[in-house]
Amino acid sequence: MADHNSNNPKNTNEVSDPGRRSFVKNTGIAVGGVAGGALLGGLFSNRSKNDSNSNSTAGKGSDKEKRYEEARMYFTRLADFAILEQAVERIFPEDDNGPGAIELGVPYYIDKQLAGPYGSNVGDYRQGPFIGPKVAAADSSLDRGQIFINGLRAMDAESQKRFDTNFAKATEDQQIEIMTDFADDKVEVKGISSKGFFSLLRSTTLEGAYCDPLYGGNRDMKGWKMKEYPGAISSYAHMIEEDEFVKMDQVSLTDYQPK
Amino acid sequence: MVKTLDKVDAVIVGSGWAGGIAAAELTKKGYKVVGLERGKAQKREDFVGAKDELRYDVRKLMFQELHKETLTIRNTLDETATPNRSNDTNAINGTDTGGSGVHWNGMVYRWLPTDFEMHTKTVEKYGEKIIPKDMQLKDWGITYDELEKYYDQFEKTAGISGEPDPLRPGQRSDDYPTPPMKETDIIRTFTKAAKELGYHPYRIASANLSETYTNPDGETINGCVYCAFCESFGCDFGAKSDPIATVLATAYKSGNFELRNHAYAVRIVHENGKAVGIKYVDTETGEEFIQPADIVVVAGFTFTNTRLMLLSEIGKPYNPKDGTGVIGSHLTAHQRNLTHTRVRGFFDEKKFNRYAGAGALGVTMDDFNVEQLDHTKLDFLHGFCLRTSQRGDRPITNNHVPADVPSWGKEFKDKSIFYANRRIDVQQQNGALAWRENYMDLDPTYTDIFGDPLLRVTSRFHDQDRNIVRYAHQRGKELLEQMGADHITVPEITEETEFDKTSLSDHTGGGVVMGDDPETSAVNNYSQVWDMDNLFVVGASSFPLMGSSNPTGTVGALAYRAAEGMIKVLENGGGQLVQQGATAKA
Ligand SMILES: Cc1cc2nc3c(=O)[nH]c(=O)nc-3n(C[C@H](O)[C@H](O)[C@H](O)COP(=O)(O)OP(=O)(O)OC[C@H]3O[C@@H](n4cnc5c(N)ncnc54)[C@H](O)[C@@H]3O)c2cc1C
Ligand code: SF4
Repeated sequence: MADHNSNNPKNTNEVSDPGRRSFVKNTGIAVGGVAGGALLGGLFSNRSKNDSNSNSTAGKGSDKEKRYEEARMYFTRLADFAILEQAVERIFPEDDNGPGAIELGVPYYIDKQLAGPYGSNVGDYRQGPFIGPKVAAADSSLDRGQIFINGLRAMDAESQKRFDTNFAKATEDQQIEIMTDFADDKVEVKGISSKGFFSLLRSTTLEGAYCDPLYGGNRDMKGWKMKEYPGAISSYAHMIEEDEFVKMDQVSLTDYQPK
Repeated sequence: MVKTLDKVDAVIVGSGWAGGIAAAELTKKGYKVVGLERGKAQKREDFVGAKDELRYDVRKLMFQELHKETLTIRNTLDETATPNRSNDTNAINGTDTGGSGVHWNGMVYRWLPTDFEMHTKTVEKYGEKIIPKDMQLKDWGITYDELEKYYDQFEKTAGISGEPDPLRPGQRSDDYPTPPMKETDIIRTFTKAAKELGYHPYRIASANLSETYTNPDGETINGCVYCAFCESFGCDFGAKSDPIATVLATAYKSGNFELRNHAYAVRIVHENGKAVGIKYVDTETGEEFIQPADIVVVAGFTFTNTRLMLLSEIGKPYNPKDGTGVIGSHLTAHQRNLTHTRVRGFFDEKKFNRYAGAGALGVTMDDFNVEQLDHTKLDFLHGFCLRTSQRGDRPITNNHVPADVPSWGKEFKDKSIFYANRRIDVQQQNGALAWRENYMDLDPTYTDIFGDPLLRVTSRFHDQDRNIVRYAHQRGKELLEQMGADHITVPEITEETEFDKTSLSDHTGGGVVMGDDPETSAVNNYSQVWDMDNLFVVGASSFPLMGSSNPTGTVGALAYRAAEGMIKVLENGGGQLVQQGATAKA
């Protein structure tokens, strides 16, 4: 059994680097402002240049292998996606344990979820009357995709109001302050309580960090490795009685499912 | 145009344990049975490779499709109920072939003798005065001793793996058919602490079988491999006892059974005090049918059972204002934000293999159950089991941290990773007793896809419910202290802790309750409707209370009892099986 102790920073090359954060802030400036073609062009070249030490979604490893499955499927505005990136990273930040939400692919995971039936509440009971407006996500007359749009834009508006800057460009502390007020239900969001939006944001972030990588999150099973969670193991019968902790290599459904 | 089909001996709504048991017993006797199941067809092959937490546990793929039908919810009579819209909020009702019995954990308990005679035993011991105003205690019209052989039959059909409860000597006619599951470090730690405190721990009886087993009907269930994808999943290995592997297989084998999927029952059709059949909609084609039968069995779980009785206007709807009527009364549950809470112990120095496990792998004790307690010294009636189980923690849903840690951000991430495998939880499962204004009726506003009113749940918590859980939490805390936990979080139960959509539970009972008096009960102890001799309503809907452990052992036992009654009615060409007002002898 391999010993993947990803709690030990020496075993990873993911040590946090303040330079990376400021790069993300810079992309925030570009996309949060008037995103003209020139600016965007600059952003993209910036990204590829900075691939090796970038904390953005197009992050590590992608210089070797292009992720064709990573382009926006639900979010139409890059600015909204940039807010999402920052927000999920604040919920699940990169640290000594390992990668944060961005590097795990969480923003694209959420984008894909919102583009599918989950994002438009296909499985839910949708008949009115709705009780709104300050409700939990499940009770909102907005579908989950709309909740994200309204919520993320409300975060941006709050940042403009308080700090005179876009959310994606605000400092980490400013972002955390805004998100804390969302979590505590202190902000107005159309069609939902800010707490309702925040808890959806939090739960989908954790989903993206720890889902099977087939969904586009938990990239390279790095979420599972941090948590020493083995994944789709067929049987624990041989070790279930052990007193000592047993570390295992991670197995994804791609490896597991019989063909 | 409703098309009337050829008559059969019995039509059964629902293919879960309750409906499946009826189907097996009737078809073994040679009766022709049609089962109606609203959900899709599924078999063991569908579960191979299903180790996907997001799809099954988080998105709840195997649960009821709420866009077709849901419940509405309110706390009190003067509120407007709102629909439970999404499975995000725990509305975990089964659907598809096999019902909830396919994605259950498989913890199998027998309820206590006191449960079946709750009113009599309470009054005997403490006098009528101990019963709070507006609490509704009832006897079931059947005793534990009478029901014992049916418990035994269910356990043998399902091949249950277990050992006897040391506090209940003489209550079993036979051993469990298979030995207990393997013991883990967590189980050993709990057991040791419990014994040091003078308690009587024993292994949770499990439908995740400890070894490969062939049941009396000839169906084989494999031994569990502890794969940790059990609760909310179908078993990858055919090792969890479920209706597909057991009773439905037996029914098919007889050649007398047909299960129709996508068949949504909308009415019990009846004429002149006799059930005629079931009206259903084929949701794939939109066609409406009536399936006539000599006996009609409704086994669609508590909510459907109650709703079909109300929609079909059988029996007298319960009126919470004056306490008259029956259908809809005695709603009780193990609510998820109360009974399903856990005291969590975090260990800084000790790691457990929490990612490994099985649905019903655990240890339990009854030292605080109703019969062990002196209620004159307590501010609640009934009692609880205390236990720990190791289901195999999956990473999306298990991010528990000690109480002072925030729920997101740097510290959360660090601690949720650190403690991922450093935890033991103690959980209580308490008895839930009925209250006058907790009941079910039809919603005045919201409807299902067929235009029929949804079922409305009116329920609130009382001091009794909160007090019992608070007391249990303290016992759980003591156990974790004894185990040496470094941090212990006790859930806060405040006056604001109230029944809501997140509390909806797969352990909900009542609505079509059992008893020995037709004035105060809907069915007799064969689950036969008092007012309609050829109609049987089977499942947790008959519970006048929710016992202090998981319900399915009791659902199974009552279903075997009911099947015996159905066969009697078919053999005798009808008639009431129980003399009204008198407790039947089994
Ligand atoms: C995640 C989970 C874990 C559980 N773990 C345990 C456990 O460890 N121990 C325990 O004792 N219990 C457990 N339970 C509860 C247990 O599953 C139920 O008590 C049991 O399955 C009830 O059986 P039933 O046959 O009465 O109902 P169900 O299994 O709900 O079957 C009812 C069937 O009727 C069908 N139906 C309903 N309405 C209609 C309609 N109108 N027309 C046609 N068909 C209809 C449904 O689709 C369903 O298939 C668990 C439940 C869940 C959801
Ligand atoms: S833990 Fe056992 S019973 Fe449960 S799904 Fe896995 S093999 Fe089946």
